[in-house]
Amino acid sequence: MRVALFVTCVNDTLFPRTGQAVVTLLERLGVTVDFPEEQSCCGQAQFNTGYRRETEPLVRRFARAFHGYDHIVTPSGSCAAMVRDNYPRIGARASAEGRDRGLASVAASVVPRTYELTEFLVDVLGVTDVGAYYPHAVTYHPTCHGLRMLGLGERPRRLLSAVRGLDLVDLPGAEECCGFGGTFAMKNEAVSAAMGADKARHIEGTGAAAVCTVDNSCQMHIGGTLSRLGSSVRPVHLAEILASTEDEQW
Amino acid sequence: MSGTYLGMPAFPTAAASATRDGQLRANLTHATHTIRDKRARAVAELPDWALLREAGAAIKDRTLRHLDGYLERLEAAVTAAGGQVHWAEDAEAANRIVTDLVLATGEREVVKVKSMATQEIGLNAALERAGVRAYETDLAELIVQLGDDLPSHILVPAIHRNRTEIRDIFRERMAEWGRAAPEGLSDRPADLAEAARLHLRQKFLDAKVAVSGANFMVAETGTMVVVESEGNGRMCLTLPETLISVVGIEKVVPSWRDLEVFLQLLPRSSTAERMNPYTSMWTGTTDDDGPRAFHLVLLDNGRTDTLADTVGRQALRCIRCSACLNVCPVYERAGGHAYGSAYPGPIGAILTPQLRGVGSELDASLPYASSLCGACYEVCPVAIDIPEVLVHLRERVVEGGEVTRNGRRVRIRPARGHAAERAAMRAARWTLDHPGVLRAGQRLAGRMRGLQPRRLPGPGRAWTASRDLPPLPAEPFREWWRRTRGEQREAGR
Repeated sequence: MRVALFVTCVNDTLFPRTGQAVVTLLERLGVTVDFPEEQSCCGQAQFNTGYRRETEPLVRRFARAFHGYDHIVTPSGSCAAMVRDNYPRIGARASAEGRDRGLASVAASVVPRTYELTEFLVDVLGVTDVGAYYPHAVTYHPTCHGLRMLGLGERPRRLLSAVRGLDLVDLPGAEECCGFGGTFAMKNEAVSAAMGADKARHIEGTGAAAVCTVDNSCQMHIGGTLSRLGSSVRPVHLAEILASTEDEQW
Repeated sequence: MSGTYLGMPAFPTAAASATRDGQLRANLTHATHTIRDKRARAVAELPDWALLREAGAAIKDRTLRHLDGYLERLEAAVTAAGGQVHWAEDAEAANRIVTDLVLATGEREVVKVKSMATQEIGLNAALERAGVRAYETDLAELIVQLGDDLPSHILVPAIHRNRTEIRDIFRERMAEWGRAAPEGLSDRPADLAEAARLHLRQKFLDAKVAVSGANFMVAETGTMVVVESEGNGRMCLTLPETLISVVGIEKVVPSWRDLEVFLQLLPRSSTAERMNPYTSMWTGTTDDDGPRAFHLVLLDNGRTDTLADTVGRQALRCIRCSACLNVCPVYERAGGHAYGSAYPGPIGAILTPQLRGVGSELDASLPYASSLCGACYEVCPVAIDIPEVLVHLRERVVEGGEVTRNGRRVRIRPARGHAAERAAMRAARWTLDHPGVLRAGQRLAGRMRGLQPRRLPGPGRAWTASRDLPPLPAEPFREWWRRTRGEQREAGR
C-alpha cells in the first residue's frame, strides 16, 4: 500500500504540527507514508471565490504529484471535499469549454483515491482505537465540508471516543458553521465575526480545555476568535489528539 | 425602508448594520431556530423523504426542460375554463397589464393575498401611481405594509418584528388604512390576530377586485393552487368579482399526480406542518360561484434567461418553502432586508442575481453572501445545490462571460472592484503552481515571524478586526519532512 500525504497549503505553512501528527500516527499504525514534494494546494480558495480557471493548473498539479499512489490522505475535510466534489466539475467544464480536454479524466482519476484522514483510518485501515492517550476534556466541532460534502458522520467522534483519558463533551449547535468560509471571512467580515462569536460562546460554555476539528482552516477562524476573546480553550486538530500517546504527548 | 429595494447598499454593508441590531438578531434567532427544529421533526416523520425530494427535483427539471409546451397547455386549459391568459415579459409589462385590468373594472381598491411575484415586480407601487390602493391581507404582509416596511422572509415576511413592535404598528397605523385597532390593544398574539381579523374582514367584504399569486399551476386542467395557513387567501380568491393572478412561469406542473409530491414537500419544509390548513384551487370561472372574471398573468421577468443557464437553472425549481432561510447562519445574522429583493436568504442569493443580472453592486455581492456551509442544500426539498450555483455566479461576477439577457447570448464584463483580487488570485495560483517559490516564501516568513503584527493592514484588516492570527511556525511542514524523512526516502528509492 503506497500512501501519500496531502498536507494542504494551510497546514504546510501555518500548522505543520498537524502534518507531523499524521505522519507519526500513520507510521505508528504500520503505514508507510510518503510526501510528494511536487504538491501544493487544492485550489479551493480560488475556486470558491469564482476563479475557476485559476484552479485548473492546480488540479493538474495535484494529479501529477499523486500519480501512482493508491491512497491520498489529507487532514482537511474541506480540501478532501474540494477534490472529490469539485475536481470532476472543473475537469468537465474545462473539457466542455475546449480548453483542456484531458483534464476531465485527470480530475476523475484522483477522486476515488482521495481520503480525509478519519475516512482513511476507519474505512481503509478499519481502526477506531488508534492507541492514543489525551487526558483532557475535548469538544468536537464538525466542520461543514466534512459534515455535509464528505458525510464523515460519526467517524471523528468514534475515533475520539476511543482515546484513553479523553472526556468528549457535547457542543451545542455543533452542526452550525463557524463562519470561516474562506474569503467569506474577509468579504463579509461582520457576519463571519458574529457567527464566530456565537461558536466561541458555545465552545466556552462546554467547559472543555480544547476544541477539536478535522480542518485547520476553520480552526484558524475559531482559534483566532477564541484568542481575541481572551479564552483559554485550545484549538487542536484531531490528528494531533490521535498522535498523542502516554510516551509522547502532543 | 418603504417602497423599493432599489439603491440599497451591497450585502456586506447592509448585513454589517444588521449584525449590530441586537433586537433584530434576537427576533431572528428565536424564530428561525423554532421553525428549523420543528421542520426537522416533521421531515423525519416521512420515511420516504429522500425519494420525495428526488421526485420533486425530477418533476421540476422535466417541466423546465419542456416549459414552452406545458405553458401552452396551461393557457389552453385556463382559456377553456373561462379564464384569460396574459403574457408578461418583464416587471413593467406585468404591472401595466394588472393596472389596466384593475382600472377597467372601475375600482380603485384591490385586496391582495401574499404573493412573491407581485413583490418582485413592485406591483403595489405601480398601482399606487395609477391611483389604485392595494391592501395586503396576509397577516405578516399587513404588518409589513402598515409599518411602511419591506418583507424580510419568504414565509414569515414580518419575522424581523416581535409582538410588541407589531402592537405598536397596529395602534399607530391601522386607522389610516381602514378599521382602527381596538382601544387598549395588548401584545397577546390572540388579541393581535383579532385586531387584524376585524380590520381585514371589512376589506374582504368591500373588495370587488383581488390580486393573488399561486404556488402551483396545473397544466392539464388549468388549475391554480394556493397553499396557506390563515384562510385570508381563500377569502381573496372567492369573494371579489374579478380575480387577477400573477404567477411566475416556472410554477407550472404538468399534472395533478405531480402536485401530490409537492403538497407533501411544501408544508413540511416551510411551516413544519403535515398539511397546511388551507389549500385553495381554482379553475377558470364558475357560474354563480367565485369571481366572474379570472385573469392569469404569466410572468417571465428573467426566468427564461435563467433557464438558459445549465448550472443556474436549478434555482427555478424553488417552491418558496423558505427552509433554506431558516437554516442559514448568514440569514440569521444579516436579516432578510440585506438581500435587497423579495427573495432573501440563500435562494435569494442565487435567484436574484439571475433574474436581475449582476450589474449593480448589490446584485454582484449576493453570490458572496454565504460561507458555503451547505446547510441550505441539505434542507432544500427540491435539492437545489445552492452552493454550486453560488460559486457559479461568483465566477460570473469576477470573470464575466457569456449569459443570456432578454433572450440573446451576450458577453458580460467582470463586475467592477475585483481587479486587485483577481491579480492576487492569479499571483497565488502562480506561486502554488511553483512549489519552489512557495517554499522560499515559507522560509522567509519563518525567519520574519518575530515581526508578525497583531493587526494587518490593507485587505488583511478584515481578518484581524475580529480574530487573532495564528503564530507562524519556525519551520513549515515541507522543511520538517526534508529534515526528518526526506533523505532516507531518497536513499530508499
